[in-house]
Amino acid sequence: MSTHSQKNVWSSISSGFNNVLSSISTFTIDRVDLVFSALQRLIGLNRMPYIFVLPNLLIFGIFIVFPMLLNFVYAFTSGTEFFPNERPWTGTSNFEQLLDCTNYLDPNTCREDIFWRAVFNTATYVVFQVGFMVIISLVTALLLNRKIRARGFFRSVFFYPVLLSPIVVALIWKWILQDNGLINGIITSLGYDKLPFLVDSTWAQFWVIVISVWAFMGFYTLILLAGLQAIPSDLYEAADIDGANSWQAFYGITLPLLMPSLIVVLMLSLIRAVQIFDVVFAFTGGGPGTATLYMVQYIFSKGFSSPSKQFGLASSASLLMAGVLVVLTLVQLTFRREEE
Amino acid sequence: MSTIWDFLTRTRGKNKLHITDMITYLYMGLSVLIMFGPVLWLILSSFKTSAEVVKFPPRLLPYRQETVVVEGYEEPLPLYEVTMEDGSVVQLAQVRRIGLEGQMVDPSDPEEIIKVHIDDREPIERVVFSLDNYIEGVESFNFARYLRNSVVVTISATLLTLLVNSMAAFALAKYRFRGRTAIFLIMIGTLMIPLSVVLVPVFLVITNIGWNNNLLGVIIPGAATPTGVILLRQYMITIPDELIDAARIDGASEWRIYSQVILPLARPALAVLAIFSIMWRWNDFLWPLIVLSRSEMFTLQVGLNSFQGELNVQWHLILAMTVLTLLPITIVFAFLQRNITTGIATTGMK
Repeated sequence: MSTHSQKNVWSSISSGFNNVLSSISTFTIDRVDLVFSALQRLIGLNRMPYIFVLPNLLIFGIFIVFPMLLNFVYAFTSGTEFFPNERPWTGTSNFEQLLDCTNYLDPNTCREDIFWRAVFNTATYVVFQVGFMVIISLVTALLLNRKIRARGFFRSVFFYPVLLSPIVVALIWKWILQDNGLINGIITSLGYDKLPFLVDSTWAQFWVIVISVWAFMGFYTLILLAGLQAIPSDLYEAADIDGANSWQAFYGITLPLLMPSLIVVLMLSLIRAVQIFDVVFAFTGGGPGTATLYMVQYIFSKGFSSPSKQFGLASSASLLMAGVLVVLTLVQLTFRREEE
Repeated sequence: MSTIWDFLTRTRGKNKLHITDMITYLYMGLSVLIMFGPVLWLILSSFKTSAEVVKFPPRLLPYRQETVVVEGYEEPLPLYEVTMEDGSVVQLAQVRRIGLEGQMVDPSDPEEIIKVHIDDREPIERVVFSLDNYIEGVESFNFARYLRNSVVVTISATLLTLLVNSMAAFALAKYRFRGRTAIFLIMIGTLMIPLSVVLVPVFLVITNIGWNNNLLGVIIPGAATPTGVILLRQYMITIPDELIDAARIDGASEWRIYSQVILPLARPALAVLAIFSIMWRWNDFLWPLIVLSRSEMFTLQVGLNSFQGELNVQWHLILAMTVLTLLPITIVFAFLQRNITTGIATTGMK
């Protein structure tokens, strides 16, 4: 990747940087040591670990654990007041409102029809996106595992979009898919009519899936590739000696030994797909209409962007979603334990 | 030509290129187009003028019309190739256009106005990679401000993440104390609850502390990542306890053991976490979107999102700003791609 001279420049920069850094850090370490030594004399060695975990636990407790508990308070109270002590306790009425449907298969018959649209959109998205993602990452990983030239380069090619921010991904594709964009330009040059990619519901849903696969597939490909490279090559040699053809080797060796990685990929992509938000938020904004409105955006819009802020509904919807995620994670952990 | 073909068809080990190799290379070639193409298209488009950007069908390269300075006219005039009535082709500069008629002058003889039907003239263009969009975008978009906020958030949050998580990981890896298992279990447990699920109460906590529109509200809450603690702890467990005991006999305090024995040895794991933290923070969108509502506090990502909302038609500026936003992470990737990809393959985190 980098040539010799590049490496030299890079290493001299980094060593200079290291020198500055280390003199600063020795200075700080000495200062902090005065405080910590005094503390250690005061409370004794055995209580020092608590001091070390304290900063982490404080941040973690205040910004993650405490909000999780608060979420229950919001879910069981209602009204538009923001502060929990001003909100009347209403029991399960938020959940009842969310789940009130005459026919669960038809969002139009539900009291919170938008919630159900979000549920159905998310379910459709998850099924197609995860299926597509697993298949395409598997194919890519299998091909990358072959003895080909420039393998490192190709691996980076698939991985590059993973690093792009959701907003950048959304803008790139919005630019390509807009009415006067590149894809419509190619289509018209082939003699067909422009297609309404961002205006038509089905097309928008289709492109959201394509874009999310484009953006994240490198990550899953890497996991599968690591799994493939862990398979000992003498197994294939043995199969070759026994006269197995490549399909038999694939079904008999590759697939069973890759199963643990495949399950990790399946579960991780499932958990991520349920939470899809930022790319779509910047790409379609949930539209056209509610065609690409997914669960997290429903929660976000109820709690933050709708004129009458319904924190209760947002929180109870997020609890329902958390339930789904916990179940998915537990399934994954069980699979992992079995494999160990 | 044949040497190129030999080079391309050479394989490792086996001597001839099998049909499956052909398919593999075809797949890889197509993938390069699909994975890099959109970004390349964005970069090429970002150099186009605002008129060129809305042109349909779009052209690959950023063309710009040639202009010429003509005596008697203050502004440079656009240059055209005009087919005259006698069939000859001359280069003329357009003074103004009235309906279907262009009033042109010959740059070498600016006195005489020549009237030309607009269908008889073709603009003279050449490919120019001009930075106009970037300059105009940076001015109208408050780019410097957003860049500053993003850099402040990314650097300070990464330093804080490294410090806080390595301290906790040290305690969890090298001490036995009451509550250790409980702390570890809570951390693993919360791994499954994403931020998106606790949006409303997190917003309440931030508001109560008074960190709305404060970069601290973006930096601090995400600093204690369970993934980071677990990654560092797994690595620190492999550091032999004898080193710690020896340092203790030499009279080193626990802080010195942490900062001068454990941290230097845990460097590889710290580097992986640092790279990830930089990636997370630079690209983070949802959290800053909630915490920051005043535009002077926006990070690049939030700023870019609001920019696309308010100036929906100004694609030429949006494109240039998008390129600037993806540039830093692309440079980091170019230098560190091996560390990043192996880091992800071994830890399974993103």
